[in-house]
Amino acid sequence: MTETEPVAFPRSRTCPYHPPTAYDPLRTARPLTRITLFDGRPAWLVSGHAAARALLADPRLSSDRTRPDFPAPTERFAGVRNRKTALLGVDDPEHRTQRRMVIPGFTLKRATELRPRIEQVVDERIDAMIAQGPPAELVSAFALPVPSTVICALLGVPYADHDFFEGQSRRLLRGPTAADTMDARDQLEVYLGELIDHKQKQHEPGDGVLDELVHQQLRDGAIDRQEAIALAIILLVAGHETTANMISLGTFTLLQHPEQLAELRDDPALLPTAVEELMRMLSIADGLLRSATEDIEVAGTTIRAGDGVVFATSVINRDETVYADPDTLDWHRSARHHVAFGFGIHQCLGQNLARAELEIALHTLFDRLPTLRLAAPADEIPFKPGDTIQGMLELPVTW
Amino acid sequence: MHIDIDKDVCIGAGQCALAAPGVFTQDDDGYSTLRPGREDGGGDHMVREAARACPVSAITVSETVG
Repeated sequence: MTETEPVAFPRSRTCPYHPPTAYDPLRTARPLTRITLFDGRPAWLVSGHAAARALLADPRLSSDRTRPDFPAPTERFAGVRNRKTALLGVDDPEHRTQRRMVIPGFTLKRATELRPRIEQVVDERIDAMIAQGPPAELVSAFALPVPSTVICALLGVPYADHDFFEGQSRRLLRGPTAADTMDARDQLEVYLGELIDHKQKQHEPGDGVLDELVHQQLRDGAIDRQEAIALAIILLVAGHETTANMISLGTFTLLQHPEQLAELRDDPALLPTAVEELMRMLSIADGLLRSATEDIEVAGTTIRAGDGVVFATSVINRDETVYADPDTLDWHRSARHHVAFGFGIHQCLGQNLARAELEIALHTLFDRLPTLRLAAPADEIPFKPGDTIQGMLELPVTW
Repeated sequence: MHIDIDKDVCIGAGQCALAAPGVFTQDDDGYSTLRPGREDGGGDHMVREAARACPVSAITVSETVG
């Protein structure tokens, strides 16, 4: 009998909109299998859709990154595990308390109300591209500034500081070293601490989510300054970086699928389902991490207390038993119930905002620049390595 | 049809309101709530889809008998 070696995780994608080919064995090993992390530590890799939904909603899996048994995908991540991350790095009941403070800022209604503002931001960016080009580098000219401007308006962060916080967010998520990540976290803490102090002194508070946090929860003692800072960091970083990646990678994917792009142009009513299908197909947060606090029985296997569990969303979202012909981009399938935003108590807080931004950004971009095309060979355009949120590093385009 | 929303469990993801906007909405605190007059689901076939979309299984749908 031959035992196949566990797949090493994470790996880089070969094509930016498909799972790494190195994950092929994971697709035939559903619903879960063993993998090896960078430090040689074994972990469970969840690959089946039903098992993923059940386990992501299971309170016996902890998101607390400060647990000594928490799985680390990279050396950079291992180096900062002692730092508490708000929302996505805490368990209930602490998580529930934090989440409840910020839900009102991220409802479907709030996202709908923000649409005219998003449309305005998108149009301004395209105006600037037209004034200066063609060509353009779409990540810096469009994909990053659009969500960055929108999250600043929503939170009450001055957009004038965007170079600073975009740069530090990049270092926080991608290092490259643990020292970079730690320093970026320190710098963001100082910056947002000062912003919070400034907001505290304002007699007439603004209407941003951070203003509400400062003038309600912080003032009432529901949270302390350090907790307010930790919440602000996660809202700011998660609020622009992920959406920027979806816009850049979504645009690249559409340009590589001319038939689907033409169909979408002919029938904009397809947009909401197209955005869900892009979310499913691209699965940019490809490696959600948990550690087991108790033994858990799954499909005849036991995840032991202390085991690390990793959810490869790109593999889960291509489960053939849920999505027929899963490697094909298809606007007519129901991509609903994908786990690209996660599942369970940690499901993405900003998903309604992200959907609105993606719909507006992609629709307006191709509507106003109908001849948009790549300005470099597709296989020479750099994209992010496998240890982080997926996305394009650059996207040279012309029209 | 009887729809029950457990607000202690709800995380305000808004997925019910996205799946079945004619039946579900979010209150000022962001929690899932039923639209007035649609407490019985109003025959909307998306109600079960909304329950399935809930990431924390806060929605229970049952057929009322009799």
